[in-house]
Amino acid sequence: MGGSSGRTLNLTLNVWRQAGPGSAGGFKTYQAKGISTDASFLEMLDVVNEELAAKGEEPIAFDHDCREGICGSCGMLINGTAHGPWKMTTTCQLHMRAFRDGETITIEPWRASAFPVVKDLVVDRSAFDRIISAGGYVSIATGNAPDGNALPIPKVDADAAMDAAECIGCGACVAACPNASASLFTSAKVSHLGKLPQGQPERYRRALRMVAQMDLEHFGGCSLHGECMEACPKGISIDHIMQMNRDYVAASWKGEPIAKAGGAG
Amino acid sequence: MNALWKFWDSSLGKKIVMAVTGLAGVGFVVGHMVGNLQMFAGAGAADAMHAYAKLLRTSMPLLWAVRAGLLACVVLHVTAALQLAARNRAARPQGYQQVTPQASTFASRTMLLGGILLVTFIVVHILDMTLGVAHPNFTHLDPYNNLVFGFQRPLMAAFYVLAMAALGAHLVHGAWASFRTLGLRKASERPLHRTIAVAVAIIVALGFMSVPIAVVIGALQPQGAASEMQASR
Ligand code: FES
Repeated sequence: MGGSSGRTLNLTLNVWRQAGPGSAGGFKTYQAKGISTDASFLEMLDVVNEELAAKGEEPIAFDHDCREGICGSCGMLINGTAHGPWKMTTTCQLHMRAFRDGETITIEPWRASAFPVVKDLVVDRSAFDRIISAGGYVSIATGNAPDGNALPIPKVDADAAMDAAECIGCGACVAACPNASASLFTSAKVSHLGKLPQGQPERYRRALRMVAQMDLEHFGGCSLHGECMEACPKGISIDHIMQMNRDYVAASWKGEPIAKAGGAG
Repeated sequence: MNALWKFWDSSLGKKIVMAVTGLAGVGFVVGHMVGNLQMFAGAGAADAMHAYAKLLRTSMPLLWAVRAGLLACVVLHVTAALQLAARNRAARPQGYQQVTPQASTFASRTMLLGGILLVTFIVVHILDMTLGVAHPNFTHLDPYNNLVFGFQRPLMAAFYVLAMAALGAHLVHGAWASFRTLGLRKASERPLHRTIAVAVAIIVALGFMSVPIAVVIGALQPQGAASEMQASR
């Protein structure tokens, strides 16, 4: 059955086009005709791109990889909302039945000075990678996987860490934040590792370094507007920002520990 | 670079400073508002307000210490706010053509604008009701009549009411956000939900507004100066 409704939509797209990082961009209008309501948003763009390619025009560039909502590659501002109108849904999992026939859809790239546009709807999110390298890791013992429950973890902590670990790093929180702040992303990483026993050795250093990196990347500050949480396709809560702030204050109080020479094996 | 400067230099550190100084401000406005309610003590209101003014001056060094503390809070709060606003603007040099707010509120989006109005208000209010230099008929230590005469200027009364509405909006977001910024709340199913902050905001705003409104509608009339002051004349 597949639940196919067999309906199709004719849409007007208002898409941000930009040839390269430095070049001036602008909106261009396209017609998307005969789009199945069963198509995903990216499949709709695929259809438009095929037509553009057939006409010898440059297809609309956008990031995507898994197309099943788990990799965090996709993401664009759709009618003023990060990842479009469906809550807790990535752009690749947004389906065209969310739209009405004849609707005009405005599509823009994530906007932040930390996320420069590479081309059209593709932005450079390597600022997130640098925040992770600043402290989003644990000093684990490598080797075989440990036995289950060898390390007892309270259920609430395990659940909270798992909730935070759902972050796929898509950048919707930054895109939706009026301040282009990366606080939800960073706090999800701080909370994910800091709630678990394996994350304790670097807990405070992590908060200091990741928060410092956020500033270095020129993300804005957190005003607790709450937009990030609404935009997050994984529904990550602003509660994690409290955890980050607590760790940051405690770490600032303690100061960064001086690394011992030699280090552990 | 020492740790304190590093803390102040970070956006998160500035938010923490804003939260702490903001909460000090919440404490101050609640106390101030409750003190003002003595305006409604009836025939003895002028006496009550006079006694209250004297009580606050029991120890002048203490009063000046509190004033200095409050001034420091305002300076830190405003400095951090302006610096963060500049950073936030720089973090998104190019805006969106279309944005549909999902969670932010009128209160959260007008913190800067409302804050600027409140700073203006504080300056006017101190010139008007503390120093009396912007007041038509000011008598030191006679706050009851100072307020009544002051609010018989309808435009000034309207400005006070407007400023207190702005204070209410500022508190709806700020009193709530401060606790979360400091990480003082438990994890919640509805982290954006706030009851206490809204209640505090409404009570504080209405409490303050009640005095100018009562004067404008004629419910509060000038009284003879406090009896103690007449005796000392
Ligand atoms: S393409 Fe992987 S999450 Fe959308």
